[in-house]
Amino acid sequence: MVLIYTLNGLYFSAFLFLTSLGLSIILGVMGILNLAHGSLYAIGGFVGAYLIGMMAQSPMPVTLIVAVLGAVTASGAVGFVLETTLIKHMYRRALEYQLLITFGILMLIEDSIKLVFGGESRYASAPFDAMGSIDIMGHTYSTYFLFVMAAALFAGLLIWWVMAKTRLGIMLRAIEMDREMAQAMGIPMRSLTIAAFVMGSAFAGLAGVLVVPTTPAVMGMGMDPLIMAFIVVVIGGLGSLRGALLGSIIVGLTRSFTVTYFAELEMPLLFLIAVVILIIRPEGLFGQK
Amino acid sequence: MMKYLFTPRAATYGVALLVLLFLPQFLSPYHLMLMESGLSLAIMALGLNLLLRYTGVLSFGHGAYFAAGAYAVGLLHMYLPDQFTFENAILAAILVSAAVSALFGFVCVRHTRIFFSILTLALAMLLFAVLEKAYHYTGGSDGIRVPIPTFFGYEFEGMRRFQFLIGPYYYVVVGIFAAATVTMLAVVNSPFGKALQGTRDNELRAEMIGIRVKRYRWYAFVISGTFSGLSGGVWSFVNGHITPEISNWVFSGEIVYMVLLGGFMIFEGPIIGALLFTYLRLYAVAMTEYWMLIIGATLIFLVLALPGGVTGGLYSLFSRLKPKRVS
Repeated sequence: MVLIYTLNGLYFSAFLFLTSLGLSIILGVMGILNLAHGSLYAIGGFVGAYLIGMMAQSPMPVTLIVAVLGAVTASGAVGFVLETTLIKHMYRRALEYQLLITFGILMLIEDSIKLVFGGESRYASAPFDAMGSIDIMGHTYSTYFLFVMAAALFAGLLIWWVMAKTRLGIMLRAIEMDREMAQAMGIPMRSLTIAAFVMGSAFAGLAGVLVVPTTPAVMGMGMDPLIMAFIVVVIGGLGSLRGALLGSIIVGLTRSFTVTYFAELEMPLLFLIAVVILIIRPEGLFGQK
Repeated sequence: MMKYLFTPRAATYGVALLVLLFLPQFLSPYHLMLMESGLSLAIMALGLNLLLRYTGVLSFGHGAYFAAGAYAVGLLHMYLPDQFTFENAILAAILVSAAVSALFGFVCVRHTRIFFSILTLALAMLLFAVLEKAYHYTGGSDGIRVPIPTFFGYEFEGMRRFQFLIGPYYYVVVGIFAAATVTMLAVVNSPFGKALQGTRDNELRAEMIGIRVKRYRWYAFVISGTFSGLSGGVWSFVNGHITPEISNWVFSGEIVYMVLLGGFMIFEGPIIGALLFTYLRLYAVAMTEYWMLIIGATLIFLVLALPGGVTGGLYSLFSRLKPKRVS
């Protein structure tokens, strides 16, 4: 059974990684803790569930690809609109305004989702059912969970490649290290901060669309992932890719094993870990001072 | 003493207190209950502003101390029903919230800026998770019911909750609110308050002239948390029921919203903000199913266009209208 718990934990980790990646990028590059991140995740979930429901007749891979692309585009587009209309005014403002505007955006998006999709839950378990299950050392395990892990791994590799090898990534890291110096070197700040915000939002959307085949899209579905991603980012370090990965694995495995053995301790324990790390290493395990 | 009694501010306070005391003659019972809720939240808004305006750190987890106060009342009723009097309940709220904020504050004050906000948020969520999961002791997400207490030996036997709230309890809330406001005014104008502002403006310089920055920030945190606990204790009777939601970060966010709505640069701003927010939310909820849209849009408008809040906006309007002196 330990194997299954580990797999479940890694599956949680995959989700957390996808969710926290976007939060971490936005925090690292722009210095803004985006409280509306969970709502962008919810947009991905609802758009994805809608598309999966629409395309019930199509073959499964097509449905899934269309749903993922649709959800990622929707979240990315909303992220673009948010950055260019609201967030762009916030970089020079005090912390309280930065936090409050994303809090306002959260409320705005939550009700907009209700307005567009109606308040009821949306089920979209078709991809989950279609993939069936496989046998791992005598235990049946849903293929879909493995698919999500593969997707997260792929996304992680992609973002690592972008950040480490491409011109875009090098410029983004330069901004993270020293904003003023980066600007003085002629790095196009405006377009890059937009790119970072859109990228972060799109990752939230990806996590959202991947979750709806297992649990229905409901109102307020982004609240828990936001707070989980927040813990991951705190543990791993603000704005660190490696930190997000390690943080996700710690949180995912802790969650999986405590849920099994001491279900009541799960959330308190996770927050306790986050608090302890904040106290001894406020910059996180992999963050820079 | 005398020089404080005959100032425009003292006069305004006197008038405001009179208005509050005569409000029950004019307001409908329903609005009166909202007023009680708003006044009790105002105590917490004042507490939060001691940190935000005078100490220069933003707590995004003040719901924790509010919850500490409210749960002190609720748990007192649950476990020591024969000790459940109003004065004991409020005392418990003050003591428990002071203890919790002393503990949490001790770790928080070592950080500033976003780390402080994140740490306060995480600690509040820790308390939230504990309150919600320990349902054998705290009632979990169902929460705890808070009945009418006895009041210095006087029993409100046979009185319905509603009558109690629109009758005697209103004056109790006004009294506690007034006392809290005057206390906070004294705190921010004391040498301690001035020293706090010194640590806010220049931490290094404050340290150099002998102010123990972290210790002062910790004291401010405890005072602030205790105000929130008092607020939670008073509010728990108005609401009649408490749930872990008050320790959730969303509620803490609403408190920050209140303070900014009223305007945090003026001492009385948070009070106005708490009252306005209570009514704003009520009207938004009554008007449409999409009330969060209204609250959220208001918040965004506030941040972009009116960063000084309502009082800040009025202040700059008045100073613009005032005829300029020819120099």
